Amino acid sequence: MTMVSSALLLGLQYALLALGVYITFRVLNIPDLTVDGSFTLGAAVSAVLCVAGHPFAALFVATLCGAAAGCVTGFLQTKAGIHPILAGILTMSGLYTVNMQIMGMPNVTLLGKPRFYEFLFTLFPNADKNLLKTVAVFVICAALILLLILFFRTVFGLCIRATGNNEDMVRASSINTNVTKIAALAIANALVALSGGLIAQTGGFADINGGSGMIVVGLASVIIGEVLFGKRSLAVGLLSAAVGSVLYRLIIALALKTNFFTADALKLLSAVIVGITLATPAIRKALSEARTKREARKHA
Amino acid sequence: MLDVQHITKTFLKGTPNEHTALSDLSLHLQDGDFVTVIGSNGAGKSTLFNAVAGTFLCDSGKILLDNENITYQKEHLRAKNIGRIFQDPMKGTAPDLTVEENMALAYAKATRNILSSAHRKKDMDYFREKLEKLDMGLETRMRTKMGQLSGGQRQAVTLLMSTMVTPKLLLLDEHTAALDPVTAQKVMEITKEIVKEHNITTMMITHNINQALQTGNRTIMLASGKIVLDLQGEAREKMTLPELLEAYKEKAGKVLDNDRMLLSEE
Repeated sequence: MTMVSSALLLGLQYALLALGVYITFRVLNIPDLTVDGSFTLGAAVSAVLCVAGHPFAALFVATLCGAAAGCVTGFLQTKAGIHPILAGILTMSGLYTVNMQIMGMPNVTLLGKPRFYEFLFTLFPNADKNLLKTVAVFVICAALILLLILFFRTVFGLCIRATGNNEDMVRASSINTNVTKIAALAIANALVALSGGLIAQTGGFADINGGSGMIVVGLASVIIGEVLFGKRSLAVGLLSAAVGSVLYRLIIALALKTNFFTADALKLLSAVIVGITLATPAIRKALSEARTKREARKHA
Repeated sequence: MLDVQHITKTFLKGTPNEHTALSDLSLHLQDGDFVTVIGSNGAGKSTLFNAVAGTFLCDSGKILLDNENITYQKEHLRAKNIGRIFQDPMKGTAPDLTVEENMALAYAKATRNILSSAHRKKDMDYFREKLEKLDMGLETRMRTKMGQLSGGQRQAVTLLMSTMVTPKLLLLDEHTAALDPVTAQKVMEITKEIVKEHNITTMMITHNINQALQTGNRTIMLASGKIVLDLQGEAREKMTLPELLEAYKEKAGKVLDNDRMLLSEE
């Protein structure tokens, strides 16, 4: 039971990361590699402000910083005309220095410092602490998903969705596609940074390498969600990315329990799973071609 | 209305592949003109449209729309007043969005608040009314993804989208060429109806010479980035296909080499 509840707590926090990845990868149709950097950025900002005694401001500022990082990548992609993947790598790489400067050291611990969920402990002194944490994170998660669903139903949200679909058409509708791309990247990285900020507070520390491989974690969550719910509407997509994140944590917890996988084997495992899933269309095609050839030979 | 003054555009300047696509081209359109544009492959028809729509900036010359200088205006800003439809039905719509979402996007030009809902009941009723006029049964498929419609249906919706907020200028770049003959005719009829209803100044590229002479009130022929023939009024009415080919040979100094144009039926 502890395994499920801790997977739920972690999964809900990483769900924000998955939402961010969903927005860039599925809505905007650009895999954004800024994620690894902006996740650590969120964690760093959140940890430092927590140490200073402002756990709520920490989450807020972390979110803003993530949005700023997204804007930088957006600027590089649009105005500077740099290939989207390279633009993300540049920001991510530059953010390492920024994160180091923010933290001042490779690892910041939050032992004995205030956290955003602690006010619930005083409100409900008899309740299970882990449950209260989970409730706090769940509320944040649910509110943001609702907000995103509403946002993507507005005219501007529609413009962002269309930008990933047919850029020419968006421009023909008199909308600046540079603006829609930058806005989408800002929103996505704000969510990723908030995810990092939450993880830092619930986990009790921020690490300079905490964000490495986060893009794969995000992609894995999105893909698990899609396998379960299929590619339907955007609202379903956002929800399934969040559910996928929780399931991903559960799978990881199960894998660790078998004692067959060590903790450091998980990144390879996730990469292999994501790789195979993304290759599924190609694999299917190859299989069906092979079948056709075999049939043809049989009748020849 | 549209005033194109001495525009020139050279691609790949300073390389062996240098190519002057528009050379000192001037064109003046009256309010409500419907001009058909013909010419051989590479004559500069689409380049002229690109120049007017703002896909690139011209090397020299001026473009005025409704007395406003738009020579250096950005493409998406010009799109406010200029509607454009391409040959490829895929180009004008977003395939993964529904019909109503596509229309809402095009209609956004008229909405000032970008954070207002894109699914307002009032707008949806308006879209349904517009779709009913197409008589393609699309009014019952507003929640269908655009990518699931046929080319003709997509092109018809694109036409609606680019004229829903009445543009000052409509550019049609062989917009029926990729459709089967029956659908092409239907889309052409809808085009004429909409243009007439809103009295939109229109330019239409076509490879069908008969269509070019019968549609609208003026026909221009391009060759090597210049207007070589400008037909209006009585001269246009009397013009026949052989005469036009002869005129082209005379003006352009070579035989018209647009296969599709020569092979087109009717």
